[in-house]
Amino acid sequence: MSTAPRPLSPHLQIYRMQLTSTLSILHRFTGVALALGAVLLVAWLIAAATGADAFDRAQSLAGAWYGRLLLFAWAFALFYHLANGIRHLFWDAGIGFDLKSVYLSGWSVVAVSVLLTLAAFAAGYWYLGAF
Amino acid sequence: MPEGQITEGRSALARARGLGSAKEGVGHWWAQRVSALLLIPLVVWFVAALVYHTGTDHAGVTLWLGAPATYGAMLVLLGALFWHAALGLQVVIEDYVTGGAMKIALILLTKAACLGLFVAGFVALTLIAFAG
Repeated sequence: MSTAPRPLSPHLQIYRMQLTSTLSILHRFTGVALALGAVLLVAWLIAAATGADAFDRAQSLAGAWYGRLLLFAWAFALFYHLANGIRHLFWDAGIGFDLKSVYLSGWSVVAVSVLLTLAAFAAGYWYLGAF
Repeated sequence: MPEGQITEGRSALARARGLGSAKEGVGHWWAQRVSALLLIPLVVWFVAALVYHTGTDHAGVTLWLGAPATYGAMLVLLGALFWHAALGLQVVIEDYVTGGAMKIALILLTKAACLGLFVAGFVALTLIAFAG
C-alpha cells in the first residue's frame, strides 16, 4: 500500500475535547477507578469480619483526611458512572441520539453526579453530628 | 489424500457457513448491560445504607451486614459488581494492550483477581452473618 502517513483520528495532540468526548473518557476512567475501589470495599468487609480492632483501624483510615478525600472521589466516581451508565443504557435502546439530547443528558449527568456526591457527604456529616 | 484438498475450491463464504452459531456474539455486550441494570438499584441502596451507617461502631455495622436481607443483597451486589468490572476491564485491556500473549495474560489475571475478590467478600460476609 502506498498511502501517505496520515494522522490517526482523533489525533490527540490537536484534538479539541468536547463535552461528549470528555464524558466518554471519564466513564472509562471512573470505571477503572471503581474497580480499584472495589478492592478497598472487600478489604473493609474483611476488616469487619476479622473483629472490632481491625474494623476500628479500617474506620480510622477511612476517617482520616486522606480517607475522606478518597471516599469523596469514590462517591463522585460512583455517582458519575451510575448516571452516565444509565445514559448509555438509553442510547443502547436507541433513545436520545440527536445532538441536542446528547448535550442535555451530558450536562444533566454532570449536575446529578455533583449534587448526589454533595448530598451523600452532607448526609454523612449530619449522621456524624456535624450539624 | 490431505484433508485440505476436500475444501479447496470453496468460496470464503461457503467455508464460513456452518462453522457455528453467531448467537453468542453479543454475549459480552449483553452481560455488561444486564450486570449494569442489576447494579443500579443495588448501588443506590448500598451507598444510602453506608451513609446512614456513618460513624456506626463494629457491633452496629456487623448487625446490619449480618442481617439476612443485607447478606443476600450484598452477595448479589458483589457478584454483579465483579462480573461488571471483569467485563469492563477486559474491554479496556483489549483497547490499549497490543500483542496477543500479554493481552491474554492480563485479561486472565484481571478475571482471576475479580473472582478472588468476590470469593474474599463472600467469605467475609458469611463469617459476619453466621459466625459474628
